[in-house]
Formats: sequence, structure tokens, C-alpha cells
Amino acid sequence: MSPTRANLPPFQRLLEEHRTDVLRFLVASVGRQAAEDCFQETFLSALRAYPDLRDASNLRGWLLTIATRKALDHWRGERRRPVPVEDVPERAAPEAADGDPELWLAVRTLPPMQRAAVIQRYVLDLSYAQVADALGVSEDAARANAYEGRKKLRSMRAMQEVST
Amino acid sequence: MTTTDSMPTIEVDDELREVARRLGETTIARAHRDGLVDVGFSYVDTPLGRLMVACTRRGLVRLEFPDADPDHVLEELAGSLSPRVLEDPRRTEAARRQLDAYFEGRIRRFRTPLDWSLTSEGFSRRVLEATAAIPFGSVSTYREVAGKAGSPRAARAAGNALHDNPLPIVVPCHRVVPSGGGIGKYGGDPWRKAFLLNLEGAIDAEEVGEPTAP
Repeated sequence: MSPTRANLPPFQRLLEEHRTDVLRFLVASVGRQAAEDCFQETFLSALRAYPDLRDASNLRGWLLTIATRKALDHWRGERRRPVPVEDVPERAAPEAADGDPELWLAVRTLPPMQRAAVIQRYVLDLSYAQVADALGVSEDAARANAYEGRKKLRSMRAMQEVST
Repeated sequence: MTTTDSMPTIEVDDELREVARRLGETTIARAHRDGLVDVGFSYVDTPLGRLMVACTRRGLVRLEFPDADPDHVLEELAGSLSPRVLEDPRRTEAARRQLDAYFEGRIRRFRTPLDWSLTSEGFSRRVLEATAAIPFGSVSTYREVAGKAGSPRAARAAGNALHDNPLPIVVPCHRVVPSGGGIGKYGGDPWRKAFLLNLEGAIDAEEVGEPTAP
């Protein structure tokens, strides 16, 4: 039995190896509740496209690219809708898992590309080249988005500290 | 302020892992409903060990004994059938039930549809089809199945085809024995062959312990 097509690993392996990172990215990006939908959409889209994938060298980046698009779609949809109650965390536990729920609410106020860049660079610890891949932009643009995002977070944080 | 200490380090906690695992299962269930699972696999515990059961939409395509490295088997399935390989217990449910029933002595014939995709057309396929026709409780010889497949003198080739049987137990290659006596080979595990023949009443338990040389 010799494989005839591109040497793609069984999809089950992608799911097992990357599901936690994809979920972590999505929870940080869109919040816990929306992350569950985005997670399923991400893997279903990936599964649909998988047999035609040409390059299997960076499957993690590929999945995060899809997850980023799902998160961007979610944000775009959210802007058109009235602010959902969900934005106020109903329970502390899942958000507090990262130790700083306020920071994550602040992250979610960043413009989409900055938000995605910040999360991928600092939460998932991707290189700028990988962030660029996932966002479909140049490495310079990825770097700039992460930089701007971080700068805004820092100033928000400073204001918070002044006001408390 | 450095980049890293301005951000909290998120520990990969067990809770997140568990949620991701559960969401993965939910996603597979949706993929199943949307027709996106090309090869579904899962496992079934039997007296011969934990078997991997793989099914396409057409039917059972591969049964694997626990000695095989599951990662390797899944890679082969991805390469030869489709990379949309997922752990989908719904897909394999009918086949698993039949295996349970067989090992509990409740059925003597498998009615699960078979997908022959992993066996090339021609002699190998005819050997397996001839083997599938050997009834529960009886045995045939390599020479006989070779003859039924159209080449009476190709007993050795028939043995090779049976060795590569992707559907052991269900396509009962254990019912094919050497004409010279004994139960013959069964991968690296003649004990499994002896167990199955004994389960079916084709041989006595005593025979299991001391097979004569073929």
C-alpha cells in the first residue's frame, strides 16, 4: 500500500495534537462561550479542505490560520450586533484560568488584527513568521500589529492603575 | 518592560485540555452528520485483545490486532483511502456489535457490509472471497482456496494473500489450514487462530496446545 497523494497524516492526529492550542487561541480571542463554536467551525472547515491541501509542512500554522479567520468572522459579526451579555463573564473560573481576566477583556477590545497578532505571538508563542502566515500578512505587518497591540494594552493598563 | 512579563503566562491546564478533547468529539459527531468522515475508526475489546475497527461509508475496511502500532495503521489508511480519518464510534458501531456477538457465540455469520478497497482486484481478492465462503465451524486448506480462486497450484500465493487479509476474523482466514495437518500460521500469533477455531468448534481444545508441523 503506497500512498499516492500528498503525505497527509490522518486528520485525527491533527485534532489531537493541536486542539488545545486552537482552543487556547480562541478562548483568548473571542471568549470562552464563542470559542466553542469557533473551535468546531475551525476543525470542520479544515476537514473539508484537508484532502486538497498541498503543503503539509506547517499544519499547526494552517489550523491557526483557519482559527484566526473564524475569530475575525466572529468579531465582524459581533460589531454588527448589539453588545451581547456574554461579554460580561458569567463565571470567573474559565477566564481566570489565565490568571488575569481583566487583561483578557482588554485584549478583546483591540482591533482584530492586533488582537490576533498579540495572542498568537504572546500566548501561543509563535514566531513573527508564523503569525504572518496565520494572518496572511507580511512578517513586518505581523510585527507591527503585535507591537501596536501591546502598546495599547500597556496604556490601558496604566490608566487602570491610575484609576484604582 | 519586556514583552514576556507584560503578558501572563498561560499554563496549559488540564481543564482546557479536557474541554478541547470534548469539543473534538462534538466536532467529529458533526463531521459525521455532514458526511465529512471518510474513514471512521474505534476500538473494541475482545478475547483476542483490543481490536481497531475501521469503516468507510461502504463498510468495514480494516480490522487490526493490538500488536500493530495504531499510528502506523492510521497513516496507512490515510495514505491509501483518504486523510479524513477520524475516531468515529458511530461509524463503526454496527461492526463492533457484530464482533461482540460473534465472540459471545450469538452469531455465526457476519452481516456487516465489507469494503474491499484495501485488497487489489485479482487473485488476492478471489482468495479472500473464497475464504469468506468457508462456513463457521469448518476449515479449508490453502490448496483448496487457491483452487477456488482459480489457481490450484498457487497455495503459497494464497497464503500470502491471507497473510495480508485486511479483515481478519470477519473474512475468516483462520479457517484456512495446511493440508499436511496442524493449524498453520496466523501472522505472528497462532494462538489467536487456535482460539478462533476452538471458539467455532472446528478443533478441540487439546489440539490447540500441540499443533503438528505442516
